[in-house]
Amino acid sequence: MINRKTHTIRALLALPFTRALMALLIIVSLGMVFNADGAFFDWGTHRDMLRQVSVYGILACGMTLVIITGGIDLAVGSVLGLMAVTFSILSIRLGVPPAAAILLTLLLGALCGAVSGALVARFRMQPFIVTLAMMVFARGLAKFLSEGKKIPNYVVGPDGSYTEAVPFFRHLDTRILGGNLAVVTVIFFLCVFLSWLVLARLRPGRYIYAIGGNEEAARLSGVPVGWVKVLAYGMSGFFAAVAGICQAAQETQGDPEAGATYELTAIAIVVIGGTNLMGGRGSILLTLLGTLTIGYLEKILSINAVSEAGRLMLTGGIIIAAVLLQRSRK
Amino acid sequence: MADRLLRMKGIGKSFAGTRVLEGVDFDLHAGEVHILAGENGAGKSTLIKILAGVHADYEGTMEVGGQVCRFRSPRDAATHGISVIYQELSLIPSMRVSDNIFLGRERSTHAGWMRHGSQAKACAALMARLGLDVNPSRNVEDYPISVQQTIEIAKALAFDARIIVMDEPTSALTKPEAERLFAIIAELKANGCGIIYISHKMEEIYRIADRITVLRDGTHVGTATAADLPRAALIHWMVGRDIDEQFPRHAPHLGGVRLQVEDFTVPDPHGRPYPLVDRVSLRVRAGEILGIGGLEGSGASALLNGLFGAYGRILGGRVALDDFPCAVRSPQHALRHGMALLTNDRKTSGLVLSMGIAENITLASVPKYSPGGWFNHGREMETARRHERAFGIRAASLTQTVETLSGGNQQKVVLAKWLETAPRVLLLDEPTRGVDVGAKQEIYALMDRWTAEGIAILLITSEMPELLALSDRIIVMHRGRITAEMSREEATQEKVLEAAMGQRSGVEGVAGP
Repeated sequence: MINRKTHTIRALLALPFTRALMALLIIVSLGMVFNADGAFFDWGTHRDMLRQVSVYGILACGMTLVIITGGIDLAVGSVLGLMAVTFSILSIRLGVPPAAAILLTLLLGALCGAVSGALVARFRMQPFIVTLAMMVFARGLAKFLSEGKKIPNYVVGPDGSYTEAVPFFRHLDTRILGGNLAVVTVIFFLCVFLSWLVLARLRPGRYIYAIGGNEEAARLSGVPVGWVKVLAYGMSGFFAAVAGICQAAQETQGDPEAGATYELTAIAIVVIGGTNLMGGRGSILLTLLGTLTIGYLEKILSINAVSEAGRLMLTGGIIIAAVLLQRSRK
Repeated sequence: MADRLLRMKGIGKSFAGTRVLEGVDFDLHAGEVHILAGENGAGKSTLIKILAGVHADYEGTMEVGGQVCRFRSPRDAATHGISVIYQELSLIPSMRVSDNIFLGRERSTHAGWMRHGSQAKACAALMARLGLDVNPSRNVEDYPISVQQTIEIAKALAFDARIIVMDEPTSALTKPEAERLFAIIAELKANGCGIIYISHKMEEIYRIADRITVLRDGTHVGTATAADLPRAALIHWMVGRDIDEQFPRHAPHLGGVRLQVEDFTVPDPHGRPYPLVDRVSLRVRAGEILGIGGLEGSGASALLNGLFGAYGRILGGRVALDDFPCAVRSPQHALRHGMALLTNDRKTSGLVLSMGIAENITLASVPKYSPGGWFNHGREMETARRHERAFGIRAASLTQTVETLSGGNQQKVVLAKWLETAPRVLLLDEPTRGVDVGAKQEIYALMDRWTAEGIAILLITSEMPELLALSDRIIVMHRGRITAEMSREEATQEKVLEAAMGQRSGVEGVAGP
């Protein structure tokens, strides 16, 4: 009886979910210890953490889909920048109504991803190379469209006063529920839900896992491998566009430099969650836990006034520690 | 020939509880070619791998040059003068010939500076000795397979190998290339090397053999000089066992012609001039099991993969399903036409090991379980439970990943996956490989039942008794061609093996070589 109990506990501990949860709990308890004179126990801290990590989390949703197929998408940061610029140009300069601008931007983001996916699938090119090229290209296009300048959300009046051009930017970067939750955080949770639907409830999700687990077996079982890859990368582009719009709202401008190195944070989140970089294993729930882990880590370091240099070094170390923790089952 | 290079005594080896070698004796003299013969799975490769230091845990003793040795690594074996030339060459294509030859034993100064010139010179000398016109500073990939093989032999000589193992070295060679290899072998013999040679080609065996050792089911059947062992006796040594297992094959319920294949050709994917499948024609009736015999590299697997569209659209030949022409262009397309292919390696191409049992069972028929794209997990589980009962899959839960299952249960999952697609033609490539006896019996019974339901089966199996007992008709392939066709009544182990080793027995409609 005791034996069986320890066996069950061991099996539970071997689950990736338990391990990701443990990593998160360790970070949170560290926060309770180094609570910066009680600042950690203030809801405002958690709310801000969620707001700050949301854009990364949205990117990580798409990254999860791609990584489960056994690929990688290095372009998400650049596509984020490109879409922030695109959205700003459409809504601020061209006066397109926000709803239409959002729709167009999301479509263009999905297209960027789909192009990567098509190149990976049709020409059997390595995802690393294809998305690296897309990363460089999208950054260039963002600079071309914006002429290298930020696109601010204001108009200068005849008397030299600044007035807001598009109020929608402000609406997106507000809080709801009595100021207790940022709108971007709600969007992040919606993205998590959408990814969960695709991965766990819809047909393509099954195909995504099958391709990542054994592409040859999937192909011989009649799985439309090419289309599924286009879809996975396309969704990654779509989420990058969502993140781009949120980023533009948070910065109140379309910055062609926005999102640089964000792809690395997104990959770190997915890996810390415990989704396997070899593909075939993982889930969006793990990515949610990974997002919170990274978010709390950053927050705890910043409320304790750790310098940026120290923050970066610690983050590097913690990524390694988290991955070792995930792996120790064998 | 008193100079004994190698002596292996009482060699035994198990893999995960299965005995693959039992008390095998083998020896090799200087200056001889010793043929190692046996059917697929007889234990030849395992014996060679023990000699090459790949498997370090075995029973029995090995003496090299009179000294007792036990190799712990391939490198260990190489320093004792043993060199194995595998079918898949172990050269690094993107490196220079000379760098390949000295790989792991680079000539360098004490400071670690590479001495390319010295290597190139030594390499050129070796090449000259083998009568080969090869530039040591060109990359290995610039040369055809036959030359690469000779480079590998040169590498063995550079390591002062005295025992050289060649595993089916002529399988990728043209006739003149093979002749040149035989000349090199003669030269090696004259220089006092001993050669262990594995081959499935009768003609070749008698062309170069001094002595022949036959293995069967992991045991040593006998060793004799080539002159004392006529072909018929060799065949008998290789098959010589009685069929005592139970095979439930009831009278077939033959229907109309289900699958008709004419002049089907699968070109070599690497562009070699010899197609994997060469103008094969066959027909299978509904409810019939057509057995395909052949040794490794016969093209039988390529035939099934080709029919299933695994190589994409095949341009050579015509295929008709139930009298409708059907040019299969992809596995997806083949599935829609009611074909299903069980590949011979469930781990690399059959299962998604990281997914659950139920998920694997429905993988080839996902659209059925996700109408409108929305997955119906309840229906999926129902189906999985039905197959679990029908196939007798033993597992704690249907959501557990298939990597945790035994080989037999894994195989049943793959079979369930294909049966779930409701196929008209079932292509089975080694359906009982790596499966325990009990599960084998269950799989035989299932095959019998499926044919009763009108499914046509093409069966490849390297187990001769299985082939003879399950097939209603047998064709035998050798180097991509059909070399014999026989009815269930005509077929004997000897006839099948002779045809598999390249002897044609007046097949109708099959042109000579």
